[in-house]
Amino acid sequence: MKSAVIVFPGSNCDRDLAVAIRDVTGVAPVMVWHRETALPEGIDLIGVPGGFSYGDYLRSGAMAARSPIMRAVADAAGRGARVLGVCNGFQVLTEAGLLPGALMRNAGISFVCRDVALTVANTDSAFTRLYDAGETITVPVAHHDGNYTADPETLDRLEGEGRVAFRYAGAVNGSARDIAGVLNEAGNVLGLMPHPERMIEAAHGRSDGRRLFEGLVESVAA
Amino acid sequence: MTQPSASAITPQIVADHGFSPEEYERVLHAMGREPNITELGIFSVMWSEHCSYKSSRLHLKKLPTTGPQVICGPGENAGVVDIGDGQAAIFKMESHNHPSYIEPYQGAATGVGGILRDVFTMGARPIANLNALRFGRPDHPRMRHLISGVVSGIGGYGNCVGVPTVGGEVNFHPAYDGNILVNAMTVGIADTDKIFYSAASGVGNPIVYVGSKTGRDGIHGATMASADFGEDSEAKRPTVQVGDPFTEKLLIEACLELMASDAIVAIQDMGAAGLTSSSVEMASKGGVGIELDMDAVPCRETGMTPYEMMLSESQERMLMVLKPGREDFAEAIFRKWELDFAVIGRVTETGHMVLTWQGETVADIPLAPLADEAPLYDRPHVPTPKRAPLADVPESGGVGADLLRLMASPDIASRRWIWEQYDHMVGADTVQRPGGDAAVVRVHGTPKGLAMTTDCTPRYCFADPVEGGRQAVAEAWRNLTAVGATPLAVTNCLNFANPQRPEIMGQIVGCLEGMSEACIALDFPIVSGNVSLYNESKATGGGSAILPTPAIGAIGLLADWTKSATIAFKSAGETIALIGETRGHLGQSLWLREIAGREDGPPPPVDLATERANGDMVRTLIQSGAVSAVHDVSDGGLLVAIAEMALAGNIGAELTLLDGAGPAFGEDQARYLVTLPAGVPLPEGATAIGVTGGESVAGVPLADLRTAHEGFFPTLMGRAALG
Repeated sequence: MKSAVIVFPGSNCDRDLAVAIRDVTGVAPVMVWHRETALPEGIDLIGVPGGFSYGDYLRSGAMAARSPIMRAVADAAGRGARVLGVCNGFQVLTEAGLLPGALMRNAGISFVCRDVALTVANTDSAFTRLYDAGETITVPVAHHDGNYTADPETLDRLEGEGRVAFRYAGAVNGSARDIAGVLNEAGNVLGLMPHPERMIEAAHGRSDGRRLFEGLVESVAA
Repeated sequence: MTQPSASAITPQIVADHGFSPEEYERVLHAMGREPNITELGIFSVMWSEHCSYKSSRLHLKKLPTTGPQVICGPGENAGVVDIGDGQAAIFKMESHNHPSYIEPYQGAATGVGGILRDVFTMGARPIANLNALRFGRPDHPRMRHLISGVVSGIGGYGNCVGVPTVGGEVNFHPAYDGNILVNAMTVGIADTDKIFYSAASGVGNPIVYVGSKTGRDGIHGATMASADFGEDSEAKRPTVQVGDPFTEKLLIEACLELMASDAIVAIQDMGAAGLTSSSVEMASKGGVGIELDMDAVPCRETGMTPYEMMLSESQERMLMVLKPGREDFAEAIFRKWELDFAVIGRVTETGHMVLTWQGETVADIPLAPLADEAPLYDRPHVPTPKRAPLADVPESGGVGADLLRLMASPDIASRRWIWEQYDHMVGADTVQRPGGDAAVVRVHGTPKGLAMTTDCTPRYCFADPVEGGRQAVAEAWRNLTAVGATPLAVTNCLNFANPQRPEIMGQIVGCLEGMSEACIALDFPIVSGNVSLYNESKATGGGSAILPTPAIGAIGLLADWTKSATIAFKSAGETIALIGETRGHLGQSLWLREIAGREDGPPPPVDLATERANGDMVRTLIQSGAVSAVHDVSDGGLLVAIAEMALAGNIGAELTLLDGAGPAFGEDQARYLVTLPAGVPLPEGATAIGVTGGESVAGVPLADLRTAHEGFFPTLMGRAALG
């Protein structure tokens, strides 16, 4: 599987995401600087990592979404490459228009870093195929702006089309309908606030995030 | 501020720069003439308490700073210790007390930024942050604002730069009502052959400024941090710097990228006293001169004078000496990261610091006298009188009820509300998260783990500085041991009140004596640190001095992080064993303060030989896999430690031998609790005190203990007004 991780100024989970992809796929992803205009030929998976791209100035993800590389990411997504946006990466993907909705300041105002329980709401996508429907998994969050919002029609459509991938099993940040992660219409772009790359091995206490990456490997091979 | 002419140095200006008349005589002697205002400003920050250690230097010399593991002790930006396999841990702790009281968010945030720079300046990638915080009474009208600001400032900076904040400590005491303490620590990892130092060398080599532009913020910050607060602390708000963690993140990446090459001769961050201290220290250490073109300094505002540029404490800036001809190579890296880069001077052979501006020489200071003539005080000190043994000790009205109250008390209650606001996992190497005895962070890509902790018990230091100094070091050593690590070395933040008062100076001397003894006995050298004096305030009425708070930051090494121990009970039916002797020492205990309402008696004595023997035994037990949980016994004594283990594992305990306040809540030192899985014999010298199991501790249901323990901070801060 050919993968890449985008690096913006202020990305800080780029290494963590690359390590997770490398550990699961056996091949290290190419690290792509945001000023690049092209991705490696035949790319299968693009990781848009967590962090504070441009310091979260203006709005989280807003400036990174306008980086030169994002046009190439959108093109690759259009051709069917998998795009995984984690935390700030999710914010970037919504700002870039690759996913609907927006992420606002947490309802509790404070930054929140802890393990949260997630319910797997969709098991058909490349990202979620190895989870059981309705299964509860534990994955950490670490964000200040994770409060997912969209207009009611969009939320209805997301739910109706099975595009809600993960829901919080309890209150975390005030997200509409407890949405923790959403898919695009074609199902090949996922954005989620929790960090699956921080839950993939014994050192992390659990490995509930690992199947997300394993599912991607399988889907590419399939 | 405009640049007054040289003839304008009046006694008032001299006093405004913090000089006594005697010190100004020294300035005149060092210069050989009357200084101009820029020169005076430079002397003022270099000779401030913060930069010159003039009150503490004599006594700091007594601390042990060497050992086979030490690669670099005090004197550089941070301490460096060997962790094997060609790798080094680089770490330091620093105070940001005065700014944090005035403007808690920015004060705490820039404290984190400053200590990060101290560590990556030396070539290390920062892998963890910790902190040590002291607040006043929880119900003090300003305190919730201060707590909320400090915690969000630490989080706001550390979370953004992507360095996990993995541990810390918090105490509350009325002595901090007018002077909170914010001490921040950073630990980084470097290759031993890629460590960078600050001594400038090579006449003609370019001096390069990188990072953010220089503004008017933080001018005279070091001088402010070297005086008591008067009633005008609000008016000092403009001397607090503003942090930009995003720029710091870029600076880390750009510096590490450049450090991978061989272009750097020397590098130093611009911390307290900014461009002045960085350039003076680099030149002085190298025994060379330095020439700076002030027109080349990147400025944020127009019309800045050399005086302002030299004294600004704008954040996220570094000074480097490059090898000749490597400027373009270095500049390309900093431009890629969208940072300022300017060649602002060169190394000279004059031994002088010469500043030019608009075609004129605006300062010309001989560097040797600037260092050599710096004041050094042997301030009068009186030892703290010994406390009489406790008399009329009240008895517990019921250990269960007392336990419940202690678990909810400010110094023992769960700190979850704080550390959930810190990203403590970024890097995906935090293998022991906050809430245990010490955090453990895996050395990326290796089986090694670094254990880290911050510790001090100020109420012990106040009652008996020598014993308290010993105890602070011993507790840090014990916390590292309790996770299975071999303690390596210490950094410290010596927070005290006004050293010109002999009783305060006596606290400083006493604490340092105790720390020194403990560090020697435990082979635990001090490799870096900082001193923060004048932590007293008239702002809250009464000229109140803080408790003596020599905060210890310490690290230890685990060859295999999977062999680290945690505090949580693992399963029911395991023997709970105590290692170390319980005498029931209640003097200065939290039980005495919280339950009996008294802050009396001597602190528990620390027997360093016993500390060492018990600790070595516990470490061996952990490494051999004989014990399933380990916890050191400290604040609140035995029963509180058991309750913490029970809550962490959600398993209760059936206990014997805990009759009365002394056995249950005494704070005797050198003690550890361990649990023994079935079949593991009781270690020699250990005492079985109970068995894990059930859903209560001392008759109190775990659910009630948890509610009490977790409730304090959310209840206090739930009503917190932000900002």
